Amino acid sequence: MTTTQPPWAKALALSIIILGVFLLSWHLFVLSKQGPAVKMDPELAELLGPTAKGKSAIPSPADVGKEIWGHITNPFYDAGPNDKGIGIQLAYSIARVLTGFFLAALIAVPLGFLIGMSNVAQRALDPFIQLLKPVSPLAWMPLALYTIKDSETSSIFVIFICSIWPMLINTTFGVANVRREWLNVARTLEVSSWRTAFRVILPAAAPTILTGMRISIGIAWLVIVAAEMLVGGTGIGYFVWNEWNNLSITGVISAIFFIGVVGMLLDLALARAGRLVAYVE
Amino acid sequence: MTDKPIIQVQGLEKSFPTPNEKSSTQVFGDIWFDVHEGEFVCLIGHSGCGKTTMLNILAGLDKPTNGVVLVDRKDVRGPSLDRAVIFQGHALMPWMTAMANIDFAVSSRWPEKSREERRAHCQEFIDLVHLTGAETKKPSQLSGGMRQRVGIARALAIEPRIMLMDEPFSALDALTRGSLQDELVSIVHARKQTSFMITHDIDEAILLADRIVLMTNGPEARVCEIVENTLPKPRSRTNLHMHPNYYPMRNHLIEFLVNRSKNFKEEIASASYDPKKPPVARPMAADTTAALAAPQTIAM
Repeated sequence: MTTTQPPWAKALALSIIILGVFLLSWHLFVLSKQGPAVKMDPELAELLGPTAKGKSAIPSPADVGKEIWGHITNPFYDAGPNDKGIGIQLAYSIARVLTGFFLAALIAVPLGFLIGMSNVAQRALDPFIQLLKPVSPLAWMPLALYTIKDSETSSIFVIFICSIWPMLINTTFGVANVRREWLNVARTLEVSSWRTAFRVILPAAAPTILTGMRISIGIAWLVIVAAEMLVGGTGIGYFVWNEWNNLSITGVISAIFFIGVVGMLLDLALARAGRLVAYVE
Repeated sequence: MTDKPIIQVQGLEKSFPTPNEKSSTQVFGDIWFDVHEGEFVCLIGHSGCGKTTMLNILAGLDKPTNGVVLVDRKDVRGPSLDRAVIFQGHALMPWMTAMANIDFAVSSRWPEKSREERRAHCQEFIDLVHLTGAETKKPSQLSGGMRQRVGIARALAIEPRIMLMDEPFSALDALTRGSLQDELVSIVHARKQTSFMITHDIDEAILLADRIVLMTNGPEARVCEIVENTLPKPRSRTNLHMHPNYYPMRNHLIEFLVNRSKNFKEEIASASYDPKKPPVARPMAADTTAALAAPQTIAM
């Protein structure tokens, strides 16, 4: 036995064990639900789903694995409006999330900058932000659909409205809390306001702003699934709903897996970006 | 040192409103003193007498409630590149390298200079404070002493008329402080840099200052007296204490900090105190005849 294993190796081993235990208990649970097949017309049995054939309604890990592998090997097929590859559906969702997110950033960061610079603006706008922030983004959906009259734009709007708050609040906070010393240095050097904004305040507040962005993209990815379930048509949310309508639990579970993976990657990307602007005091 | 005053502090007062906002507390008031060309002036006082506020007013970062600060006979209306400030904390931008921190100041001073010119200029001052090799390090990778060296280089690099220092070494350990003081002495001496420093360290004041302004305790702090440093220049930490005037100087300052700074009100009541011309003291060894020669000297 070696005792010099790096900590990550131990953690990895433990992760694999946890995964193994989870898959095994899932498999056993599915096995225990299996009963004898009811005698009936095979065509009717096909219509009634797996339970009629004596199988559990819950797919086994192997079924889900097969399904996921099928999606991975053929992600971009397009067989009509209700049967598109998961890659296409994810691409739709990601495009919507990124559009809404960047539009929100485009407004939230400069606006937060201005609010953060002014004590009065901070106090004046605080009640509005506090009131609008806790509203579930989906509550905006009917209003968006009514005014915009386009489901695609409406879901982008919902992403926009839910990602704007964390970015706005964090930018304001970051800008308002730039160390007095650094601003004084800029003042004693007679640095112009623009130069102070870009060379001092922005880099000083950047880590806080990036944290806000990271929170925002997480919320946006949570919300897009629900929004697409409502508006339908395309996207991973619609895919989940469609699989549910098809009674394909296998499809739903594999979609959950892909939603998780994409959410993780988005978060990772923002975390990376955050590390680029981080500084140690 | 010439007789031409660069900084003239005239009747300076700073008051802050009390919490109930009905009245106000005066931190200091009726402060008058000058700093001359090429002179090094230290201001000593206990914490709470408004030393940092005073420096911020001199720097133009804060506004006095009353009175004026004149620099070259012109009213100070805001910060200026003519007055470089070395802050108590190093106040370096943590996301910039040592070089970039200095360059930020240099490019503010001379926006027309090319990158290469600025680089050469920054390098000169990095070398001056003995930081050669640390140019690309971020402040977090530097020790406390090295950070303050960058701060000093940043202030010197803009070639200011006046350097204002707010207890620049108070956050450093004694050994680092000592070596930085030595370097500051030689730099200031070589460049004939007009400087004003706030400190509560008596030895630092004796080592660096030509004149020492003594501030009484706040609130309502006043300039108690101005002490002329009787120790000859160039001074160095290694032989300072050998000079016969060292202990008279030191004792005079300690006596002030320990007793007179808090009993000053009784002291002015009994003597003819003119805030516009605070008494001047020149503490010397007893055998030196000129000890009480100055006309406005208060007997110790």
